[in-house]
Amino acid sequence: MATLTYRDALNQALREEMQRDQNVFLMGEEVGVYQGAYKVSRGLLEEFGPKRIVDTPIAELGFAGIGVGAAMGGLRPVIEFMTWNFAVLAMDQIVNSAAKMLYMSGGQINLPIVFRGPNGAALQLASQHSQAWESWVSHIPGLKVVAPATPADAKGLLKSAIRDNNPVIVLEGEMLYNLKGDVPDGEHLVPIGKAEIKREGRDVTLVCHSKTLAVATKAAEMLAEQDLSAEVLDLRSLRPLDEAAILDSVRKTNRAVVVEEGWPHAGIGAQIVDLIQRDAFDDLDAPVQRITQADVPMPYNKHLERAAKASPEKVVAAARRVLYLE
Amino acid sequence: MATKVHMEALSPTMEEGRLVKWTKHEGDAVKSGETIAEVETDKAVMELVARADGQLLKVMAPEGATVPVGNVVAWIGKPGEKVDGAGSQEPGSGAAKPAPAAAPAKPAPAAASPAPAPAPVAAPADATRVKASPLARRIAKDAGVDLKLVQGSGPGGRVIKRDVEGGATQTRAAAPAPGSRLPAPGVPYEDVPLTQIRKTIAKRLVASIGPIPHFFLTTEIDMERAAEARDALNKQLGEEGGKISFNDIIIKAVALALAQHRACNAWFQEDHIRYWNEVHIGMAVAIEDGLITPVIRNADLKSLRQIGAESRDLAGKARNRRLKPEEYTGSTFSLSNLGMFDIDQFTAVINPPEAGIIAVGSIAPKAVPEGDRIVARRRTRLTMSCDHRVIDGATGAAFLKTLKQMLENPLAMLL
Repeated sequence: MATLTYRDALNQALREEMQRDQNVFLMGEEVGVYQGAYKVSRGLLEEFGPKRIVDTPIAELGFAGIGVGAAMGGLRPVIEFMTWNFAVLAMDQIVNSAAKMLYMSGGQINLPIVFRGPNGAALQLASQHSQAWESWVSHIPGLKVVAPATPADAKGLLKSAIRDNNPVIVLEGEMLYNLKGDVPDGEHLVPIGKAEIKREGRDVTLVCHSKTLAVATKAAEMLAEQDLSAEVLDLRSLRPLDEAAILDSVRKTNRAVVVEEGWPHAGIGAQIVDLIQRDAFDDLDAPVQRITQADVPMPYNKHLERAAKASPEKVVAAARRVLYLE
Repeated sequence: MATKVHMEALSPTMEEGRLVKWTKHEGDAVKSGETIAEVETDKAVMELVARADGQLLKVMAPEGATVPVGNVVAWIGKPGEKVDGAGSQEPGSGAAKPAPAAAPAKPAPAAASPAPAPAPVAAPADATRVKASPLARRIAKDAGVDLKLVQGSGPGGRVIKRDVEGGATQTRAAAPAPGSRLPAPGVPYEDVPLTQIRKTIAKRLVASIGPIPHFFLTTEIDMERAAEARDALNKQLGEEGGKISFNDIIIKAVALALAQHRACNAWFQEDHIRYWNEVHIGMAVAIEDGLITPVIRNADLKSLRQIGAESRDLAGKARNRRLKPEEYTGSTFSLSNLGMFDIDQFTAVINPPEAGIIAVGSIAPKAVPEGDRIVARRRTRLTMSCDHRVIDGATGAAFLKTLKQMLENPLAMLL
């Protein structure tokens, strides 16, 4: 067990999987000589050479398509997008080629490809570069979507994603790359589709993923000071969703607040609420609350940006609402 | 338009309530579900909650006033909104009766241009639709609790988990009864107004001893073997705790005897008699300022240990005024025990519509002939009050005979 940053945990996962399987290769903007826009691929060009660490032009649709073709030909590409804001340009390859190949070939052609990169807002990158895309990609049958919140989960989920025989979207975060945490050495796989209780509690379930784990955890600490016990459930995977874990927790606490980075309308939280109201109806003591980004393009202004994002204070207020305390 | 706040029926038998305290005052902002006043019902002090958001525009009944259920006690609306104070009472109902010290509410000045008649306002609590969280609904269903009897503490009076779990019931202990204070020197007497519970007791007991033709049957019962059985059982329970009392044994014996004598397990219902197949024993508990009879349901089917645990729990709740309505209603027969006060024998007043009640005296050694000798044996006197409209002398005597056999030979309870 070593203490690593999230970025180095991803680097370790890539290195181990490339050592393990020579069909695995990394492709994207600045992944080689520059060692990654966020240094996730540090040292990999030196170790694996330019055939397996491939720098591309600024042409997301093009290199995503090359990745799809390579996967059809038997390789296991890892496509890095500098951010998911740029991956919007590659949506046609992701949605129309990668996600549908197995289905449209009548089960003949598997597509073992990983699309990864930072998702959501960082700090003051303005509206075009501060977007959370999980509800877009999670909407598509044929894609798996993971959103690790800790270095250990980043390593374990990226390794599982690379070994999966289907397209897997890995949503990382610029604000997560420097996060440190204990990461198991060597073979550490986190199964896709398994949530994890990051903090046990009795009174309310805070459902979160990726960067909102930190928001929910801080909220749980603030609630503990008010003698309220919040359970923090980290989804880790958004598709498939660990429905059993969500329902088990809500059946225990009878109340839930869903915290997400994205916009409220048709967001991931809406999907969670749908599940809870249908399958845990008789266990609910209060309507489920959602905390999301404000329903506006992300402001550039520092204060407005802070006000627009999910915050521990907003989560605490929502938790108190479902507990009928305000 | 402004919303009326009615005096609500906060207990199943409540006909009027005394406004103990306004916790919100005219001009205060109120939210739906928020407590605006404390109301003493015939059973407990309950909270009256707002059924609308807005400002408490006008209080129609001063603190101390007793108001019939259904009458308007206040108005909630937008700040500045006019309410028609005088015309607000429900047609046909009397105005709030203010306490002597308080000035009566003044009618609106007659000179004012006639205000339009208030448009009909939705009833504050729809009698058929109870708002409850799905979880509260499930808990209530599992526990057999009628949600209509539960006061919701959520928004708009929604019944939520804590309301049906009893963790935060809306009943609360009343302030110490004035009569319990030490008298100030030189004051010859103290006038204490009747509390709601006192009024209820009076009304019900008058309703009982008046129209109900009582007669009384007394029998003396040898409790030596019951005492032996009790000692042996308690020894066996030992460290597990939950000791069994004589009262528990008597409750069980009465319940079993009633199961055999349905003729005594009945309600007089004016035009009919309801003979009960289930046996629910009401247990008179003295509380500060009165008494109440919590109910041990299906006592004939319960073990002594269950009866012991339940009676302790119910008596504790009764003394703390935390009994829920379903815990003190529905008994089919009652028991009153003054043995602990060293009363040899007494008659108890029937708790209508039940047809009988047994009064239990103290258990004390008595000189009893046994062959040629006189021996001391622990004995008690039970007196059964019977409603002659339901029970005849021989019927009651047959029931008492079974009861006596069970208590004198507790093994008979196993039959």
